[in-house]
Amino acid sequence: MTVYVKFGYTLLGLLIVLNWGFLMGATFRKIGARVAGRYGIPFYQPWLNLLKNISTRTTITHGVMYYIGPVFRLTGGVGLFLFMPMVFTGDPAGLWTNYSFEGDLILILYFQVFGMLGMALGAGQGGHPYSAMGIARGLAQHAAVELPLTLAFLSIAIQYDTFSVYKIVEAQQGGMMNWVLFTNPFAAVTIILAMLGAMGHSPFNLVKAPNEILIGPATEFEGTYLGFMQSAGSILHVMEAVLFMNLVFGGATSWIELIVKTFLIYFWSVFVGMVFPRFKIEQSVTWFFKVPLLLGFLAIIIYSF
Amino acid sequence: MSEKDMNYKVSQMLKRSETNVSNAKKSFVRPEDEEREVVAPDGSIMKVNPIYDYFSGKRPEEEKPKNGIVEKFLNWARAESIWVLGFGTGCGSIEIPPLVTPRFDMFRFGVQMRPTPRQSNAFIISGYLSVKTLKRVIRTYEQMPSPKYILALGSCTINGGMYYDSYSTINRLDKYIPVDVYIAGCMPRPEALLAGFMKLKELIKAGKAEKANEYARNFDEYKANQKKIIKDWNMPDYNW
Repeated sequence: MTVYVKFGYTLLGLLIVLNWGFLMGATFRKIGARVAGRYGIPFYQPWLNLLKNISTRTTITHGVMYYIGPVFRLTGGVGLFLFMPMVFTGDPAGLWTNYSFEGDLILILYFQVFGMLGMALGAGQGGHPYSAMGIARGLAQHAAVELPLTLAFLSIAIQYDTFSVYKIVEAQQGGMMNWVLFTNPFAAVTIILAMLGAMGHSPFNLVKAPNEILIGPATEFEGTYLGFMQSAGSILHVMEAVLFMNLVFGGATSWIELIVKTFLIYFWSVFVGMVFPRFKIEQSVTWFFKVPLLLGFLAIIIYSF
Repeated sequence: MSEKDMNYKVSQMLKRSETNVSNAKKSFVRPEDEEREVVAPDGSIMKVNPIYDYFSGKRPEEEKPKNGIVEKFLNWARAESIWVLGFGTGCGSIEIPPLVTPRFDMFRFGVQMRPTPRQSNAFIISGYLSVKTLKRVIRTYEQMPSPKYILALGSCTINGGMYYDSYSTINRLDKYIPVDVYIAGCMPRPEALLAGFMKLKELIKAGKAEKANEYARNFDEYKANQKKIIKDWNMPDYNW
């Protein structure tokens, strides 16, 4: 298999992920509408929004970092994709394992933060006071989410003695009882709870909720920049679901399995979002520092001895 | 630079500004926002113009639509994805919230609310418009990315409605900003507003909703009308 074939498959995978992300986003809005008794948006609305946004005729710029911010965010999403094994085929250099390598778990942790930081830098250059407040809230919540997540990741890494996502998936093959969900329940529960924050749906969506006075970091972004950020957001959503699927739910052996599992993982955050109203930032930060963080510590302590 | 020199420069500047004030023609900005010279910490004199930022002051330009089928395709996307700015100007704004409820549900037509002008392309002028609000409306309208559309809700925007002889409201909205769709009534019900959106969609798909370009083309005329009625102008001529 040549380098080009691998590259082609990676691009194709990215295209699938992007479109699946849009479709999942629309599904979330649709489910929300049905819960509220409305008909809701058409399922193809995100594509139309993207088209509309990239076809605006005026674009205002606020400087170099304003350009680079959305690019950073997209880099975070695409980076997460590039180093994540998507479909487990039994061959470490298989077609859908992308460019995963030993130690990619650390890189993936880094890329999760990267997108957020890019957005903070870009929005900071916008100069809008609401952007700055949005960033402060966003980063505070993100830090509170990352801490339990990192502890759970480390616990899983200690459990399987590897930092390679591919090897963690490989170790979980051969039946449901091999999943981290059952072999390391504390880490699994930590991830399942912290995931709600990482997905950024209600009750943890104050940062970017359009109905708040502060729309957050995205206040000043419009047109193509916003289109970029929408695409990046969709990719990030899917990739985070894939990450949790790989770490906790045994990975996927085919695209269909991947789509079913990521949808169920995504649906978990949608389900919680439909039931619970929005948290204030201090409430959500306190919550993440209470339950998931303690469980994360427990997961680390158990596997350290 | 010595203190003496500094004092001399400042006194010279003050003198100049006094003579300027006496000769100046009528200005639309507050004195503290006037263009003036200031002495920097290192003693150099520089010009500042507080109300103009990097992009303000540049006139809007007409932006030509793309050719044929490409523009038709983009117009279809624009028509199916209308983002409305959440800015209620008058009593008509109470008719907008029902649109997101199960009974009317504007989301199924691709209409959504956005909280910032940078991300919205439709603006509902909901009812009467006081002169004070008109200033904010102009400022907000100009910040929206083109192509942008205006829906004028209620008879107050057409001829002043029941406020036709009020000292503080305007009578005809399209003297100040270009309007795409009028929705008549006092008040129009949410169904009428939905019908207005449908009409706007038709116009966009037919390529006839090019009022942002019309605004750029007749910029001087619109500005003259706006400045005639807004006494405390105090903002750049075009707000990017």
